[in-house]
Amino acid sequence: MSSEISVRFRSLRSSAPFWSLRYHDERRESLAMRQDTIEPPSLSFDRGAMLTAIVDGGYGYCATSDLSAAGLQAALDRATRWAEATRGKSVVRYEPSQMDAPRGEYQSAALAEPPSRSAIHDMLAAECTGAKLDDRIVERFAAVGLYDQERAYFTNTGGEVRQRFRFTVPYMRVTANQGTVTQARSLDYEQQGGFELIERSRFAGSGARLAEEALLLIAAPNCPSEKMDLLLMPDQMMLQVHESVGHPLELDRILGDERNYAGTSFVTPDMFGTYRYGSELLNVTFDPTRREQLASFAFDDDGSPAEKVFLIRNGLLVAPLGGRLSQSRAGLPGTANSRACAWNRPPIDRMANINVEPGTSTLDAMVSSIRRGILMRTNVSWSIDDSRNKFQFGCEWGELIEEGRRTRVVKNPNYRGVSATFWRSLRAVGDATTFEVHGTLYCGKGEPNQVIHCGHAAPACVFAGADVFGGAE
Amino acid sequence: MKGQFFSLAARLDQDLASSETLLCNVSAERSDFIRFNKALVRQAGSVSQCYLTLRLLSNRRQASATLALAASDDDLAHAREALASLRTTLRELPEDPWLLINENPQSGDAERRGKLAPSAQVVEEAIGTAHGRDLVGFYAGGTIYRGFANSLGQRNWHEIDTFNFDWSFYRQGDQAVKTGYAGFDWDAAALAGKMAQAGERLELLALPRRTIEPGEYRAYLAPAALNDIVGLLGWGGFSARARQTKQSPLLRMQEGATLSPRITFTENIAEGIAPAFQGEGFMKPPRVVLIDRGELGEPLVSPRSAKEYGLATNGAGGGEAADSLDVAAGTLGEEEVLSALDTGLYISNLWYLNFSDRAAGRITGMTRFATFWVERGRIVAPVTPMRFDESIYRLLGDALVGLTRERELVPDPSTYGERQTSSARLPGALVSRLRFTL
Repeated sequence: MSSEISVRFRSLRSSAPFWSLRYHDERRESLAMRQDTIEPPSLSFDRGAMLTAIVDGGYGYCATSDLSAAGLQAALDRATRWAEATRGKSVVRYEPSQMDAPRGEYQSAALAEPPSRSAIHDMLAAECTGAKLDDRIVERFAAVGLYDQERAYFTNTGGEVRQRFRFTVPYMRVTANQGTVTQARSLDYEQQGGFELIERSRFAGSGARLAEEALLLIAAPNCPSEKMDLLLMPDQMMLQVHESVGHPLELDRILGDERNYAGTSFVTPDMFGTYRYGSELLNVTFDPTRREQLASFAFDDDGSPAEKVFLIRNGLLVAPLGGRLSQSRAGLPGTANSRACAWNRPPIDRMANINVEPGTSTLDAMVSSIRRGILMRTNVSWSIDDSRNKFQFGCEWGELIEEGRRTRVVKNPNYRGVSATFWRSLRAVGDATTFEVHGTLYCGKGEPNQVIHCGHAAPACVFAGADVFGGAE
Repeated sequence: MKGQFFSLAARLDQDLASSETLLCNVSAERSDFIRFNKALVRQAGSVSQCYLTLRLLSNRRQASATLALAASDDDLAHAREALASLRTTLRELPEDPWLLINENPQSGDAERRGKLAPSAQVVEEAIGTAHGRDLVGFYAGGTIYRGFANSLGQRNWHEIDTFNFDWSFYRQGDQAVKTGYAGFDWDAAALAGKMAQAGERLELLALPRRTIEPGEYRAYLAPAALNDIVGLLGWGGFSARARQTKQSPLLRMQEGATLSPRITFTENIAEGIAPAFQGEGFMKPPRVVLIDRGELGEPLVSPRSAKEYGLATNGAGGGEAADSLDVAAGTLGEEEVLSALDTGLYISNLWYLNFSDRAAGRITGMTRFATFWVERGRIVAPVTPMRFDESIYRLLGDALVGLTRERELVPDPSTYGERQTSSARLPGALVSRLRFTL
């Protein structure tokens, strides 16, 4: 379809010196089983285009699902009128000369095609059945999401980019209850690729495994409340990095665009190059090159070519997360992360893949180094202030560590801290054997609101003296 | 739009085999979006979108497909392709024991025309009325459409012209006053009045800022702040499925715990702005009492939960969340709030709430925007953002001193995927203690 759009784009006319078209075509299929019943399968076919125009420093967009030449021309005309209406009133003077005219392609590395729906349903049924250990298991839910996306970007200056993405997302959740205690364990494996991800996620057998863990949790004591060392496993590091490194470094937040909704940042432009964000063990990158990560791509949605960039090197803050426009506004370097969730939303700064680079500690060495501490995995609760500083996060699973040994399971493990000081307490970073790739499909931000996917890969990490606490008695 | 949708549904009905039933839902909008920062335009544009969801039923099996329509002659062909795809899918499925649709057609029509301002006028008036203040916010306006049709002959339509201008004035750093202006008829004078009020409150933020130590404080939660708490409870709190599977944050109420007798929550479709029909064609009752004077009331029961648990559906959507939540008013006059608070925190807004312990009803979140320290009934200082961590059984239980007589209608400004039609109407709440931890 993008070839036809390309032809129609070339027939468009505008008085604007610069205009562009961004085309999205997405097919989604959701297959799920709850308890022992197949949920109704749902398919989605979403296709449309956003036309943008720049006139005398003004900028406008118009999104339409009418992809005929006439429909696209009407949208371009509307975008041009918006650009004319906002010239002289824009927070930044949009310049055609700053707009990329990229050419290139990208395609997800997908090795395996999905089997039939029946085969997938059988796979889901096996996990739901396997999770039915006893009557305390009150809910079993298994699902697979299959996503195929085609994105194309054309400019009147000769730019033409085509990118195709595939995501295969298995999910399993088992909930146990006894009296007023309810606990859940889940598997949430979010990567880019084909059906080979099902095997890589260890989905087979997850039903019984998660059920056993949920039953352990309802019988476990509450997490104690005290200062102790905190060992975060990669599936919780994902959330920690996302909320207290990724968002604070987004340039549009620093520039104030998000102050009415998602919030601002404790990071200010003068901090880049001088601010100690974390201990010397901390190295954080924007990395769109790991092919299996959710937000790997060759170009962002404004056509900027994507490459790996260090954001924090040896604990020092060196670069923000901002696309071409934000870089120009802030006078700072940045990253290719101007992204839109769909054809009907404009690109804004989004974090894409933000990773903690592996260190040198094995998991055993990290556990052995802890006299009194706790291991936490799998996020269940997240809350952080609008400057991305004061946070409180909770996990599904906690294990006390006493005198260098993992001793017992605890429920409702939570911790709270302040981003500006928490990362400085990082005292061990796991090696490549502890490194895992995770991500989320559901990062919300922007006005109009957008939910987008982000990837986060990290090793297990130890933080000294964290403020840890448990649930209500 | 209405004619096109019903005509398309009728054409698709003609393609059905005798064993098939088709449900069609449409969700569409024509919107202007204007984003402001520093009293200038950051991004402005228009979105025209129309999503058709087809749910095909045959021999107790069902599957659905959603497609973006182009408002062109191609739509029928695309819908027929989707229908063919659904027929293939149904052949691979077993019977669905939890399938339930409305088989007694109840057609209806609700349209509300508004007087929306041309977008260029919104830009001019928003920037002009800010009078040089640091305005940041978002205007969304235009027509929202929701429709339902099934092959049993039911036809429902909901069409409203609305706008929602959700904005803040910033003083410096994270110090701001947040408010909003939403409705059906744009009125420049009303906007100017709201901006003037916000401007007065902004002046209070110039007072020397105070940092409050963690601990327990008497507090007043303005309606917008209470809305965040009630909204969090709505994440499974009123759902029949969550109740049956013991995942409700109100689980302890299922076991006998109660809130203050001052607390009554109602799903009040009759007085909200959301459609009265849902995806399976069921009509929603005018009112469902969710919490009745502190005791657990009826849950919201989707058709699927109704079949699974042997309950009667009350027309809830699949998410079993309230669309038009109404919190009963109290007796505290708005003008008495500061004197009744005496000494403590006046909290205009909360932010980023979540559960510290869901099953126990323990919640956490941050203060945001204008929060003030009050002494002897007088605002004396803005305070820095603070984190609270509190049980709802204290907050809305024995710590609840009173609710205001006046209530605010808070339309949901969110635009995830589409502009929302949900809203809440609620009072402010005075509590004797709220626990702050960070």
